[in-house]
Amino acid sequence: MQKITRDALIEKASALLSEGKVNRVLGWKKGEFSYDLTPTVFTDIEQMKKEFVFDDFSGANFSKYLTKETKKGDGKVLVFLKPCDSYSFNQLLTEHRFDREKVYAVGIPCDGMIDISALKAVVGDGIVAVNTDTDTVKVETLYDGVKEVNKQEVLLERCKNCKSKKIVAYDELIGENGEVIDNNRFDEVAKLEKMTADERFAFWQNELSRCIRCNACRDVCPACTCEKCVFGNPNSGVENKAASNSFEEKLFHIIRAFHVAGRCTDCGECSRVCPQNIPLHLLNRKFIKDINEFYGEYQAGEEVGSRAPLVNYTKEDLEPSEAVNRGDE
Amino acid sequence: MRKISLSNLDKLFAKVSEQAKLYVPVDGKNGIASFKLWEDGVVMSNALNTTRSAKDFFFPQTENLMEFKSQGKNIEIIDTRTEKEDFVIFGVRACDVKSFEILDRVFLSEPVDTYYASRREKGVIVSLACGRPAETCFCKTFGIDPASPEGDITAWKTETDLYLKANTEKGEKLLASLNELTEEGCEQAVEEQKKNISAIMDKLPLKDLKTDKFGVGKTQEYFNSPAWDELSSHCLGCGTCTFVCPTCQCYDVKDFNTGSGVKRFRCWDSCMYSDFTLMAHGNSRNSQKERFRQRFMHKLVYYPDNNDGMFSCVGCGRCLAKCPISMNIVKVMKTLGGKEND
Repeated sequence: MQKITRDALIEKASALLSEGKVNRVLGWKKGEFSYDLTPTVFTDIEQMKKEFVFDDFSGANFSKYLTKETKKGDGKVLVFLKPCDSYSFNQLLTEHRFDREKVYAVGIPCDGMIDISALKAVVGDGIVAVNTDTDTVKVETLYDGVKEVNKQEVLLERCKNCKSKKIVAYDELIGENGEVIDNNRFDEVAKLEKMTADERFAFWQNELSRCIRCNACRDVCPACTCEKCVFGNPNSGVENKAASNSFEEKLFHIIRAFHVAGRCTDCGECSRVCPQNIPLHLLNRKFIKDINEFYGEYQAGEEVGSRAPLVNYTKEDLEPSEAVNRGDE
Repeated sequence: MRKISLSNLDKLFAKVSEQAKLYVPVDGKNGIASFKLWEDGVVMSNALNTTRSAKDFFFPQTENLMEFKSQGKNIEIIDTRTEKEDFVIFGVRACDVKSFEILDRVFLSEPVDTYYASRREKGVIVSLACGRPAETCFCKTFGIDPASPEGDITAWKTETDLYLKANTEKGEKLLASLNELTEEGCEQAVEEQKKNISAIMDKLPLKDLKTDKFGVGKTQEYFNSPAWDELSSHCLGCGTCTFVCPTCQCYDVKDFNTGSGVKRFRCWDSCMYSDFTLMAHGNSRNSQKERFRQRFMHKLVYYPDNNDGMFSCVGCGRCLAKCPISMNIVKVMKTLGGKEND
């Protein structure tokens, strides 16, 4: 369940729309089932009352949508920012990707979002309805009646290892702001680091060989806002709709991870949308962990305008040779 | 009708493997099922469907078509065809079997795509009835019966046994080769299962989805519909829907310079991508709305226009399950088709 209700958000949006502070609202729209919400722009209060949803399936991070939405016409757009969304919001502002004046941001606490594929893995196919009013998720199924699942077991990976309940960007808040929290998000990376090079290669070989190159990870990523990605540009010389061998995808994913290094806020959208359930966030986290260890703790998007260690210089910086030697281990 | 105990399934698979490469759906990590080559020890998945569809067998994501080598003024064309082996796919669901018919109309009409044709000729399809359709299934909308899938052989799995029935000459030949492992089975258990599946179909959330509003001659009615704006407004432009779709058939042909020659390959393309159908003059679809519209108009109007009213969607539900923003053909049909379609 979410402590903040849908009704509270609709009430806030209605007030802002009526006062004319905003003329449209980015929100999650009801789907065919209980879990398939679609990001939508609402302009009408009555429509919102019918179709706006905020619940355990409102995982989509709207920050990236602002890069396009703010370019559409006059007036402000209302965006609801969950804590992790707010880091992406700040990072996009740092990179001057949208006009802050065109946005009214309402920060909302988040109690963790459900991973529908994890839920399906537990209850199986045939989900007729999902009730998330409590922390025990009640799933009505076609074949096995009502099944009860502990929400903590079916959270999105990023929520299981939630890094912060603190909303770092907002014009106003609904509810109480939280704190940055201790988490175990680097444990999986540490496990990979302990592997031998061959084992690690085999791990990624297995994961990345499933890639179908749909580019959903890139297209959803708030750090991937290039107007034209080199991999989608026929004139770039590296445009590539096809892998030349079963593991070529590693190049795409590794290059992408390099490109977002220092800018990735670890929002987890890449892994959330991957149709093949590839744990893409682990690549980005490796970079974040290295940056933390080499240059001191740094969280992208924590504040607007911060200089990321990779584009900054201090005398204490790691010597390149140290990094190279470490790579030989 | 032949029958074999599920406990002897491995023997059946081994016997098939002696004759041809056998592919079965296998569970991978993180709930992703995919077709894998069967060998001793490989266990068949119980998943309803594979994430990638069975079209991959006939129309692979990438495929080398030929190579060129030039010497002086001569160009040597090297045949690099690989689609020469017989193979058997086991466990194809009714929706995916139907998708082959849709692909056939594209690839087997003149000029015949010989790569595809050759794979179709070499492949034997053993379909499997769906015991437990998912909430995302809507094959019935397109007249498909998940209890009686087509294919060279149809299989039904009960608690204890696998029932097999040949539908084509190819199927009969394969089934006959398994006679010493199978025994004569009675239709009763299968009929029972068909009845159960039929009852389940009437309970599915999308059971009332209709195609009446779409099909031949509807281009003008929908092409300029204002609904496309909202439907497409948050499309990420990724290729997930097209790449998990069993009926999407668009591809690109490209030359790869190897340094000492040229490899000509083809790979899936996606109408969602910004360089789809990019030509010398530029692009005919410059906005995501136009690309998005293309995909659904193709499935629901253009394809039927060119193929005697046949739709190019089979209701497998993969795009419903996999689209990052949960936008899909069902939402498009309900929005464009209006209330009566709901």
